[in-house]
Amino acid sequence: MSDLKTTTVEVRLPTRMGYEKVAMSTAASVAKLMGFPEDRVEDLKTAVAEACINAIEHGNRLNEKLSVGVVLRAEPDSLEVKVIDDGTGIGKIPAKPDIDRKMHGEEDPRGMGMFLIQALVDEAEWVAGLDGKSSYVRLLIKLDKDAE
Amino acid sequence: MQSETKSRVDQLTSPAGHPVAVLRFEGDIASTSKDAVLGAYQSLPKETTKLILLDFTGVDYINSSGIALVIQLLIEAANAGQKVYCFGLSPHFTKVFTMVGITKYAGLFATQTEALAAL
Repeated sequence: MSDLKTTTVEVRLPTRMGYEKVAMSTAASVAKLMGFPEDRVEDLKTAVAEACINAIEHGNRLNEKLSVGVVLRAEPDSLEVKVIDDGTGIGKIPAKPDIDRKMHGEEDPRGMGMFLIQALVDEAEWVAGLDGKSSYVRLLIKLDKDAE
Repeated sequence: MQSETKSRVDQLTSPAGHPVAVLRFEGDIASTSKDAVLGAYQSLPKETTKLILLDFTGVDYINSSGIALVIQLLIEAANAGQKVYCFGLSPHFTKVFTMVGITKYAGLFATQTEALAAL
């Protein structure tokens, strides 16, 4: 984008597996317009997809009467993504997945989503809604990853 | 919404003369891909299949549920004494597979030719 104004894009997804790809594509389009390099766009796509999957599956518990909100806020030097659901938020961040434990049947093969989110973006925080709903995950990815 | 996962099996021989089963995937690898991933793997005869290549060339979306299916395949293969290798992953999913530790149990190669040459 040629100017430095803040721009907001909002998407509302049905609570249905697969629709995370709509948010993923939208986030990728915004990131490309902002000038993010291809590898960072790919990181963002996976992080946004995983955040939406968590919102659909765990936040909204696959209830198709609910929707998932995705708000992308493009700043001059960063892109913030909020993925909002009607769940009560997560209790605690799960431990980092351990491939050895998974291979030996001591840990569920699933459960990689939050690890991937944290590993692929510059900031990730999970916020429980005050009213027991409207919880969200906030992701931030910086244009210049090494900048303070 | 998710593109259906297709899979097929090719039986090849490595330059060193070893029989190799190649599982070729196409489309998304997600929670709906169980039959295409595990079903295709389970259709291989365990007694005669000792080397397996997973071809991701036709895959451009893998989510955490899809990664979990790959890990389940690796668990079953390890229990059957089979060795699994992957090729055709994009640079991004090569990074993701490395981050989650899959590379510890399945070697990654850029192409089928490179993978077969190493077997």
